[in-house]
Amino acid sequence: MNTLIFRTIAPLIVAVMVVFSIFITLRGHNEPGGGFIGGLIAAAALAILSIATSVQQARRSLHIHPLVFAGFGVFMAGVSGMVSMAAHAPFLTGLWLELELGEAHVALSTPLFFDLGVYLAVFGALGAVILGLETDGEID
Amino acid sequence: MLALVPATIFVYLLGLIGVVADGEPVRIAFAWIPSLGLDLSFFIDGLALTFALTISGVGTFILIYAGSYLKGHPHLGRFLAYLLAFMGAMLGLVLADNMLALFGFWELTSITSFLLISFDHRRQAARRAAIQALVITNLGGLALLLGAIATQRLLGHWDLSAIRAAGGTLGESSVYLLVLWLFLAAAFSKSAQFPLHFWLPNAMEAPTPVSAFLHSATMVQAGVYLLARMTPILGETPAWTGILCTVGGVTLLWGAFAALRQTDIKLMLAQTTIASLGLLVFLIGIGSETALIAMVVYFIAHAAYKAALFMIAGIIDHETGTRDLTALGGLRDKLPLTFIATILAAISMIGLPPTLGYFSKEEMYLALFGGQWQGILGLAVLILGNALLAAAALIIAIRPFMGRLGVTPKTPHEAPLAMVVGPLALGVGAVLFGFFTPWFDEMVLSPTSSAIAGMAIAAHLHTGIDPLNPILWLSLLTWALGGLAYWKWDQLRTGLRRAAAAPGLSFDHGFDVFMFGLIRMAGALTRLWHHGRLELYMLVIFVLLALALILPVLGLSGLPAWPELPALHFHEAVVVVLALAGLVSVLFARTRLFAILALGAQGLAVALIFMLFGAPDLSFTQLMVEILSVVILALVMTRLNLDVRDSRSLEEAIRDGAVALLCGVGFVMVLLVVLGQPFNGRLSEFFTRYSTEIAHGRNIVNVILVDFRGLDTLGEMSVIMVAGIAILALLRSQVRKPLDPTPVRRRSPRKSAAKSVAGDVAPKAKAAPKARAGAQTPRRRTRKAGPETGGAGA
Repeated sequence: MNTLIFRTIAPLIVAVMVVFSIFITLRGHNEPGGGFIGGLIAAAALAILSIATSVQQARRSLHIHPLVFAGFGVFMAGVSGMVSMAAHAPFLTGLWLELELGEAHVALSTPLFFDLGVYLAVFGALGAVILGLETDGEID
Repeated sequence: MLALVPATIFVYLLGLIGVVADGEPVRIAFAWIPSLGLDLSFFIDGLALTFALTISGVGTFILIYAGSYLKGHPHLGRFLAYLLAFMGAMLGLVLADNMLALFGFWELTSITSFLLISFDHRRQAARRAAIQALVITNLGGLALLLGAIATQRLLGHWDLSAIRAAGGTLGESSVYLLVLWLFLAAAFSKSAQFPLHFWLPNAMEAPTPVSAFLHSATMVQAGVYLLARMTPILGETPAWTGILCTVGGVTLLWGAFAALRQTDIKLMLAQTTIASLGLLVFLIGIGSETALIAMVVYFIAHAAYKAALFMIAGIIDHETGTRDLTALGGLRDKLPLTFIATILAAISMIGLPPTLGYFSKEEMYLALFGGQWQGILGLAVLILGNALLAAAALIIAIRPFMGRLGVTPKTPHEAPLAMVVGPLALGVGAVLFGFFTPWFDEMVLSPTSSAIAGMAIAAHLHTGIDPLNPILWLSLLTWALGGLAYWKWDQLRTGLRRAAAAPGLSFDHGFDVFMFGLIRMAGALTRLWHHGRLELYMLVIFVLLALALILPVLGLSGLPAWPELPALHFHEAVVVVLALAGLVSVLFARTRLFAILALGAQGLAVALIFMLFGAPDLSFTQLMVEILSVVILALVMTRLNLDVRDSRSLEEAIRDGAVALLCGVGFVMVLLVVLGQPFNGRLSEFFTRYSTEIAHGRNIVNVILVDFRGLDTLGEMSVIMVAGIAILALLRSQVRKPLDPTPVRRRSPRKSAAKSVAGDVAPKAKAAPKARAGAQTPRRRTRKAGPETGGAGA
C-alpha cells in the first residue's frame, strides 16, 4: 500500500472526498444524498488516509477521538429536535428559517442540523471502528 | 426535625376529615398521558383518609423514634431518607385513584421496603430477608398489574372512583375468578397471608423502627387496603367470602400459635402481626356492615398498639442488649415510662375496655354472632385467635417488667424521651379514643366503612357493659382463654416448638430451595446458550432465520408462483451477470481476501441495479457500504491473524452451504410472495404529496429519514454510536491479551495515543471468543445498514 503515488495522491483524494461528503449531506434534502451517505463517504476518506499514511497520522488529523464526533452527532440531532419544543411544537418538528442573503436564498432548518448529526454519528462510529481495527495491537 | 414532614401531612389530612365525613370525597388529578386518557389522580374518601392518617400519624412518632434509636449511626441520614421515601410511597398507594398509579406506588413500597430491610446490608441474614420480601411482594405486584389491566379492559376505567361511581362490578364476569385471584395474589403476598407469610418474620432483620412502621400501619396493610378498596368491585360473592375467610382464618391461627412459640419479643410481635392481618382479611371476607366496622376499628387499634409495642421492643433491646423473653425481667423500676406505655398498648391488644381494641373485638363478635355453622366456626376461630393474641400481649407486658431483674448484656436504664414519647402517645391515644366514640363513629368509622362497602353505613359503637349481652360473655371467654394460655405459656411453647419442628421443613426453607433451583436453572440455561462458540451462534441464528422465512410462506400461501422473467436490456443483463460472477467467485475463491473482494464486486453490481431501476439514494448508500465493508472485512482478517485460506472441513462446508442456500431460498420466496401482492401506494402517495409541502424537501428518502421518521433515525444513530463504542471496547480487551503467539512490537504511546486513555479493561481469560465476536460485529452492522436505508427508499 505504501507506494509513493498513493501516498502522494491520498491527501488530495481525502480532501476532495470530505468536501464532497459535506456537499452531499447539504444537498440531501432535495437531491440524492443526505447525512447517512455523507457520513459513509467521510468514513471511507478516513480509511484511505489511515491506510496511506498511518493510523497515528489519521488520528492526529482528526484532533479528537472519532467517537466524540459520533457522540456529538447524536447530541446535535437530539438538540435540533428539542428546538421545536421551545416553539411549543412536538419534539422533532421541523422548523424553517428562510434567509435572503443578497442574491442567495438560504434555507436553514432543524432537519438540516439533524442531518448533520446523522453525518457525524455515522462518520464517528465507523471511523472509530476502522481506526480501531487498523491499530492492531497498539493502545489507541 | 424531619418528623415535621409526616406531622404536617397528618395535620393537613386531619383538616379533611370533616369534608370527607360529609360525603364529599376530594379528588385531585393531573394530566399524565393525555393522549391515552391517563391521569395521575388521587382520591380521598373515608377509607383512603383513615389509612393516610394512620400512616402519617404513626410515621411521625416513628421518625422521632428512629432519630434517637440510630443516634450516631453513620448512615442515619440515609436511613431517614429511605423511611421518608417509603412513607411517601405508602401515602401515594392509599390515596391513588388511578389503578396504574396504585400499581406504581405498590412497587415503590416494595422497593423502599427492600432498602429498609437490607439497611444493615453487611449481614447476610438481612440481605436474604430483603430479597425474600422483594421477590414475594413483587410477584404479587405483577399480579396486581395484570389484575388492574384486566379490570380496565372489563370495566373501561383506570380510575377506581369512576368504576365505583358507575357501579361497576366483576361479580358476573366470566373471568371473575381469574381477576379475583390476581388481586388476591397481590394482597396476600403483601399482607403476608398463609402460605406466603414467611417473609414477614424474616423481615425483622431490619432495624426496629422499620419493623414498627412496616408491620404495624403500612407495608403489610397495603394488601388489606387493596382488598377493602376492591370490595365494591370484586366482593360479595361466595368465592370472595370463602377464600378470604379461609385464608384469613388459617393465617390468624397460624400466626397466633407461631407467636407463642417465640421467645424473642420482636419475632413474637411479627407473628402476632401475621395473625392480625389474617383477622383483617377474615373480616373483609365476611363483608357485613358490622364486620367492616370491626375491621376499620381493628385496623386503627392494631396500627397504634403494634407500632407502640414494636418501639417498646426496640427500647428494651436498645437499653438491655437483648430481646429474649426468658432472659428479661424486673424492668419496671428501671424503665418506668416504657412500662406504662407497654401496659397501655397491651390492654388495647388484649381488648380491655375502654380501648379501641375492645370495641373492635365486640364488633367482630357481633358480626358473626347467631349465624349458621360457618358463623359459629368463624366465631370459634376468632375467639381462639384473639385469646392467643391476648396471651402474647400479656407475655410481652408482664415478662420483661415483672419478677426478678434478669441478667442482661447492658445495665438497663430509661430510654431517651424521644424514644418513649411514641409508644406512650400511641398507647394513650388507643385508650382515649374509647371515650370519644360518637365523634369517632361519625367522623371516621362511618365514612370509612361506607367507602369500603360502597353504600352508606352508620356506625355506633357500644360503650355500655350489659351483663345480658352474650357478646360480653364471649369477650370474657376470650380473656379467660388468654389468661390460661399465658399461665401455661412455658409448656405451650415447648409443645408448639416440637410440633413446628416435626415436619422437618418449612415454607421458609421451601423458598430457599425454590430460589436456589431458579439460580441453578438460570446458570444451566446460560451455559447451554452462551457457550462462547461463534460458529454455533451464527449457525443457530441463520437456521432460525431460514425457518422464519420459509415456514410462514409455506404455511400461509404455499409455494409462490415463479414470475415471468422480465425482458432485460443489454446493459441490465450485463450487470446481473456481473453480480452472478461475483457470487461464483466468492464460492470458488482460493483465499479469503479474494472472496472478500469478490463479495464487494457482487455488491457493487447490486448497487448498479438499484441505480438502473431508479433508486439513486439506495444505490449510493449501497456503494459506500460495500466499499466500507470490504475495507473493514479486510482489516478484521488481518487483525485476527486468520489463515488466508478457508480452513473448514468438507462436512462443515456442506452444512454452512446448506444453511446459506436455505436462507437464500427463503428470501426469494418472501420476495416473490410480497411482489405477488397488488401494490399498495398509500404511503408512496402520502410521502410524494407531502414531502415538499410540509417538509420542504424534494428528496423523499432523505425527508423521511430526517423529518417524517426523525425519531427512528435518532434511535438508529444512537445504536450506531453505541455499537461503535462496544466494538472499540472489545478491540481493547483483545489488545491486552494478544492472540498472536509472536506479539507485535508495541510502539511507545505517543501524544495522540495518550490523549484517549485506554479504559482499565481487566484482562479477561476468555478474551479469545469475545474478540472474535467483536470483530464480527462491524460486518453484520454495515451489512444491515444497506437494506435499512433501502427499506426507506423503496
